[in-house]
Amino acid sequence: MSPRFAVGDRVRIADRSPPQHNRTPAYVKGRSGVVERLCRPEGQPELMAYGGDGEPFQMVYRVRLAQSELWPDYAESPSDVLEIEIFEHWLEPA
Amino acid sequence: MSQDHRHDEAAREAHLAKHRHPPQPDDPEPRSDYEFLGVALRQLLIEKGIYSAEQERQRIELLQAASPANGARIVARAWVDPGYRARLLSEPNAAIEEIGLDCVHPMIVVENTPEQHNVIVCTLCSCYPRMLLGPQPAWYKSANYRRRVVREPRKVLAEFGTEVPLDVEIRVHDSTAEMRYMILPRRPEGTEGWDEERLAELVTRDSLIGVSHPKQP
Repeated sequence: MSPRFAVGDRVRIADRSPPQHNRTPAYVKGRSGVVERLCRPEGQPELMAYGGDGEPFQMVYRVRLAQSELWPDYAESPSDVLEIEIFEHWLEPA
Repeated sequence: MSQDHRHDEAAREAHLAKHRHPPQPDDPEPRSDYEFLGVALRQLLIEKGIYSAEQERQRIELLQAASPANGARIVARAWVDPGYRARLLSEPNAAIEEIGLDCVHPMIVVENTPEQHNVIVCTLCSCYPRMLLGPQPAWYKSANYRRRVVREPRKVLAEFGTEVPLDVEIRVHDSTAEMRYMILPRRPEGTEGWDEERLAELVTRDSLIGVSHPKQP
């Protein structure tokens, strides 16, 4: 499996709410950031939560987002960031 | 209490004693339906040979033996050995196994520097490198910490007594999926020439999560 994104790519986290279990917290949905690193391919949580094998595995990326992107009224410091693991099928080019 | 009732009670006790074989003798008695279900499930897994009671005992021992002293050993080694520090940041699992520890999960170690302060949270549940840090503190699992540290990290850190200057960038790491995180804190000043054992005593659990600094000498 060749990863769709590389370190430094700008990505947007999909804004969708499937009815089943997933590991994309609501507060990052629809937000954009930069790929910080590639972790490794893992089973899709939406399938594994119900006894599935999670195939096809998805690359897990760490995405770095500016706090001001997450919270428009963030007032602490403009350079503060948050990094979070996101599965490839939740990412689109930004 | 009637004679019959006492008899019923005694018979019930005897019946329970006969069937009661708790997986661990020090388990508290289950009090809720869910606890009973949990015990029943474990007993069935053992009876059906999915795993053995001995394996369960070993697993509990392993988890109970885990403590922040493990993380402290890793940090102290990185403070005295620049080569080890570099390996810990680039290949954390290999570096941790190198000193005889097993972290079970894939790890990411992030370093605090004069320009950058890191802090860990799991907003979805309470993911945590238990093998290196021991069991999670209750506050780490609380909705309050999980909700607020991603939203106003400096305020939350200040409540832990950690003031981070505005020119230091804060990086919050939300540990939501497969990786587990540990902080490599900054070595306190005034510890030049200290050996690993002495340095490890300065490393606290909270400094490995990033909500505080190591103890000052």
